[in-house]
Amino acid sequence: MHSESDTSPRILAFCCMYCAYAAADAAGSLRLSYSPSVEIVLVPCSGRVSILDILRALEHGADGVLVAGCEEGSCHFSTGNFRAKKRVEYVCKLLEEIGIEPERVQMHHVSASQGVRFREIVQKVTDEISRLGVINWNKKY
Amino acid sequence: MVVAERKPIKEILAMMADYKKILLVGCKGCVTVCCAGGTKEVGILASALRIAKKKEGKPFEVIEKTLERQCDPEYIEQVAPIVEGEGVEAILSMACSVGPQYLAKRYNVPVYPALNTTFIGGSLEHGVWAEFCQACGNCIIHYFGGICPIARCSKSLLNGPCGGSAGGKCEVSPEIDCAWHLIYERMKALGKLDELTKIFPIKDWSTSRDGGPRKVVREDMKL
Repeated sequence: MHSESDTSPRILAFCCMYCAYAAADAAGSLRLSYSPSVEIVLVPCSGRVSILDILRALEHGADGVLVAGCEEGSCHFSTGNFRAKKRVEYVCKLLEEIGIEPERVQMHHVSASQGVRFREIVQKVTDEISRLGVINWNKKY
Repeated sequence: MVVAERKPIKEILAMMADYKKILLVGCKGCVTVCCAGGTKEVGILASALRIAKKKEGKPFEVIEKTLERQCDPEYIEQVAPIVEGEGVEAILSMACSVGPQYLAKRYNVPVYPALNTTFIGGSLEHGVWAEFCQACGNCIIHYFGGICPIARCSKSLLNGPCGGSAGGKCEVSPEIDCAWHLIYERMKALGKLDELTKIFPIKDWSTSRDGGPRKVVREDMKL
């Protein structure tokens, strides 16, 4: 995802098309700037994001992953955001076991009209992951 | 189905400590159904191992393959080109313990189990599996309303319940249904309660593990 010399963390954000992605659009319409560290991937529902999607993102260069879904109780597919939440919890536990900070993977909820909140979430996640820094891969080989 | 669960990652990482290239083999049988060792779980474990090794600064290559089954030699044969032609140092199997044993018999590389085989059971709901059979080799569930007292009673009582049954639960854990409570309710519904007044004789365990490893032979099937 980023070059060897690049030390700024990269964050992959899986955004549900019914809420977070629209919120990102709203943020854009409101001319709200947010961290360029975040790269957005459009998903039809946060419940579409699998454990493997998150792991592969980290494996291939992301320093953090944000899964952004609908507010609880307002998922277009009823329970997709709850499924996503459980998967994120599973990944966090797995990461802890293998010595990667679990805070690198986070789930947040936002509704389509909340451009300002989207920016706040992105800023919060970026700040937290920046504090952790890029994943400290031991480059002995 | 045979129900299994993945070993802790740390235990698997300890097994893989000395290797740089492995073959991770999943199984499309029981362990796919119980979400322990199918294609998806192979992908997750492979990715987790690669991340962990990358973090340690150790080169590590995982070849992922999921076989139709790991309990038949013809499917085990399918990974021969990979094991023998691609310099694989070890095989990590995500099948029940039959799989790694078959792989170990066929290939001259170390084979490791990534799963703990837990029991023969079924699903209760999404993500929950429970034990229903202990493979005693002589099924008697028809005497007990279709509920196995061997596998589902904590004491395997044939003439229950014991004094530890309370409110339909077993004294071992409030999470465990008392099998004998279930049997009673079922036999009552079937109008066969009188059958429970008979003393069930001591079970012949010779069909179980008493005679060592068991074998089933079908002469009509043999080639």
